[in-house]
Amino acid sequence: MSFAYFPHTDEDIRQMLGRIGVKSLEDLYADVPAEIRYTREFELPDSLSEIELRRKFEELDRKNSRLTVFCGCGAYDHYAPAVIPALTARSEYLTAYTPYQAEISQGTLRYIFEYQSMITELTGMDCTNASMYDGPTAAAEVMLMAMAATRKKKRVLLADTLLPQVREVVETYAKYHGVEIGRIAQKDGNTDLESLCRELESGDVAGALVPSVNRFGIIEDLSGMADALHAAKALLMVYADPSALAVIRTPGEWGADITCGDAQTLGLPLLFGGPYVGYLACRKELVRKLPGRIVGATHDLDGKRAFVLTLQAREQHIRREKANSNICSNQSLMALYVTIYLSLMGPEGLRQVNALSYGGAHELHDKLIATGLFEEVFDRPFLKEFVLKSRIPAATLQQALLREGFLAALETEEGYVSFCVTEKRTREEIDRMLSIIKQLKP
Amino acid sequence: MKYYDKLIFELSKEGRQGFSLPENTWAQGLEELPDNLKRTKRAALPEVSELDVVRHYTNLSNMNFGVDTGFYPLGSCTMKYNPKINEEIAAMAGFQGIHPLQPVETVQGVLQIYDELDRALSAITGMAKFTLNPFAGAHGELTGLMIMRQYHLQRGDNKRTKVIVPDSAHGTNPASAAVCGLEVVEVKSTPQGTIDVEDLRPLLDDTIAGIMMTNPNTLGLFETEILQIAELVHGCGGLLYYDGANMNPLVGVARPGDMGFDILHLNLHKTFSTPHGGGGPGAGPVGVAAHLTEYLPNPKVVRQEDGRYTIEGNDTAAGRISGFMGNFGVLMRAYAYILRLGRQHVKMVGPLATLNANYIKEELKDCFKLPIEACCKHEFVFDGLKDQSTGITTLDVAKRLLDYGFHAPTIYFPLLFHQAIMIEPTETESKETLDGFIAIMRCIAREALENPEELRSAPHHTPVRRLDETTAAKQPVLTFADLAAS
Repeated sequence: MSFAYFPHTDEDIRQMLGRIGVKSLEDLYADVPAEIRYTREFELPDSLSEIELRRKFEELDRKNSRLTVFCGCGAYDHYAPAVIPALTARSEYLTAYTPYQAEISQGTLRYIFEYQSMITELTGMDCTNASMYDGPTAAAEVMLMAMAATRKKKRVLLADTLLPQVREVVETYAKYHGVEIGRIAQKDGNTDLESLCRELESGDVAGALVPSVNRFGIIEDLSGMADALHAAKALLMVYADPSALAVIRTPGEWGADITCGDAQTLGLPLLFGGPYVGYLACRKELVRKLPGRIVGATHDLDGKRAFVLTLQAREQHIRREKANSNICSNQSLMALYVTIYLSLMGPEGLRQVNALSYGGAHELHDKLIATGLFEEVFDRPFLKEFVLKSRIPAATLQQALLREGFLAALETEEGYVSFCVTEKRTREEIDRMLSIIKQLKP
Repeated sequence: MKYYDKLIFELSKEGRQGFSLPENTWAQGLEELPDNLKRTKRAALPEVSELDVVRHYTNLSNMNFGVDTGFYPLGSCTMKYNPKINEEIAAMAGFQGIHPLQPVETVQGVLQIYDELDRALSAITGMAKFTLNPFAGAHGELTGLMIMRQYHLQRGDNKRTKVIVPDSAHGTNPASAAVCGLEVVEVKSTPQGTIDVEDLRPLLDDTIAGIMMTNPNTLGLFETEILQIAELVHGCGGLLYYDGANMNPLVGVARPGDMGFDILHLNLHKTFSTPHGGGGPGAGPVGVAAHLTEYLPNPKVVRQEDGRYTIEGNDTAAGRISGFMGNFGVLMRAYAYILRLGRQHVKMVGPLATLNANYIKEELKDCFKLPIEACCKHEFVFDGLKDQSTGITTLDVAKRLLDYGFHAPTIYFPLLFHQAIMIEPTETESKETLDGFIAIMRCIAREALENPEELRSAPHHTPVRRLDETTAAKQPVLTFADLAAS
């Protein structure tokens, strides 16, 4: 039975079996006990041709709603220029493996080096790795790093203002790795320095993870945190949206030791949550504690500049159970998305993205308040995302907007409603959404 | 073609731009932010035109080698063909714009893909249910071990803190165990390359959480004692974990669930044809037997009786291991591949992969040292050249292959052999491709005797030659800023 992905003709199979010295394909499995050979029909659908397959996915696509996105909560609807899919689809990138054979992988190695350079620029840190799975798992790896980098510590602190999915993933890793998790309370929407200092009194804290822009959209003031943590021989770890770092104070400027986050905001589609790409950057003193792949510059036998995976003595394939992390791959292709995006945007483009998002978000915010249906929760600077108290029940509000094709007003754990505006949103969309909201009664 | 040696930063010129954004007509602007919350120094990102970007990354891509470029016999990596239709499906505009927190009634098509892929993977592996949330193979291992620990913890069986790992295992196995807070106990291989049951027996007691196995193992050999091993491990109260990195030869032939495995992960980027992307994104779904489904991590897709799909969580789950629900774009590709295979073609995946591997082994074993004479599965391991009198190493052979237009096999793994060359051809390669590879490998074996210098200094025809890795590690230059300063 021929099939497009199997090149073997019956004659090929016959000749190859002859060379091996067996009679049939079944004979190749003579060592598999008969009782575990699967001889029944598989409970799978019939094979589809390309035409049928395409039709099937078009039908699946129609079962989803295309919404105008006015929310974030960890996934942001920024614009991805047309150049990105055109270049990332190149099979030389797409169908390559991890660049172990550096001589024929300079394309991958070079863009990862560029990616590392851009991430360190944005975060204000010294070094970074070749990327992580997503923001929350990068945060979990940061927790492992803090434990490995400090002595005789057993706790890591998480700010209450971190996204819930970040806290939950870190807590899961911590539970099985045997790390205690402490919490830092928030005050007026900002991580509370006094609460942090109280937690540090016990002397058993390896580090604290706080957001740069938090789950309320507030740009946090992290003043005094690095000093407090360093005095307690603990690390300041900042969870930051790298897109925002083009304009807001960087983890490096706050005195952070490690920073991480999700770089989905840098040119990646929403795609129901993945693939995204995490990043993890640190001060150079911690470089040998970094998980995952790292690319470095070197030269070849002829003296040509070239790039290679380096500092591999940290990694699982060398250290096995003594490694600090089990990370084996990165999200390489997604790091290419980020690299191309940042190349296109440059410092000015990224500033404009933030300015457009800021302007739109503040206009929406003010117009929502003006309806009289919403109240301010925190009086603090925000960038593109904000929360309000709604006089209309969150579910009612969300459903009404959903019916008209808007995704907005996601509910936080406190019952606030969350909104977000990116450079993709227009004044017309904002006004249309407001006209729907104004028809609702508290 | 001339060697392209630019970095994007080196094309940068102040004031040039590669972006296009709408005019800013909003009333409020960033200048309103308090100074202490603002970045002080502009990020030194490149300033380049759109065409600069397109040419640069096109030129870089020309220095890469993918499955689409040529034969990629990288052992344990299953570099099979990545069908183009799957790329088109994953890029469909509707899916691209779906926010992960959309209410379930607006993503019924997405959730149907999760449910149907779960069922298809369950059918192929003999497991009861999958989580599709893990992002990669190693992430799947970690998730699987969390499920293993959660199972014991929920039963109040707190002593089980050790996991048995064979000496031939992938490096990620012991590393995942350590991250999961488990102590690794190594079990030895027999001279025939499979787990030594007599070495295993005394390790089994009430401190054992389970065993991690790869079957076929990293030597490409089927663990023939698997049923006895399962009985022994279950007998001591432990669970069996299946590392699915080597699932390909069993697809359509045998199911880990029928061998007694309780938990497994699959590498969709290996067995299920999704592209490796230069090191990711992959996907590492984890399947479990019926008695473990409640421990699968949150969130999970549930098919209700009326056919609607919901997203749920439960308290006894092993927690949460991903920001949202895994690499959806990768899951779509894998499901598209399974649908192309269907029940009609799935049975041929394993046998043809195994046929290809054994064919290469038989054709080359007179030139390369075959440490274990057996019928292999999807891959096999040589221990260097048969005649090593000239001192030509496995590294030399691998580098010389690059000159001839092939990717190198996996080398120096598994650690059981000093000169390991691990070859995995996959089922999507034709006899002609294999014959071409075999001819070149024989030619290299001849060169090793006749002209060893040519091999020691190989490769000669690649964009760059062998690299100074020692300097790279001793004086790390990891960013453009480092480079400019060095």
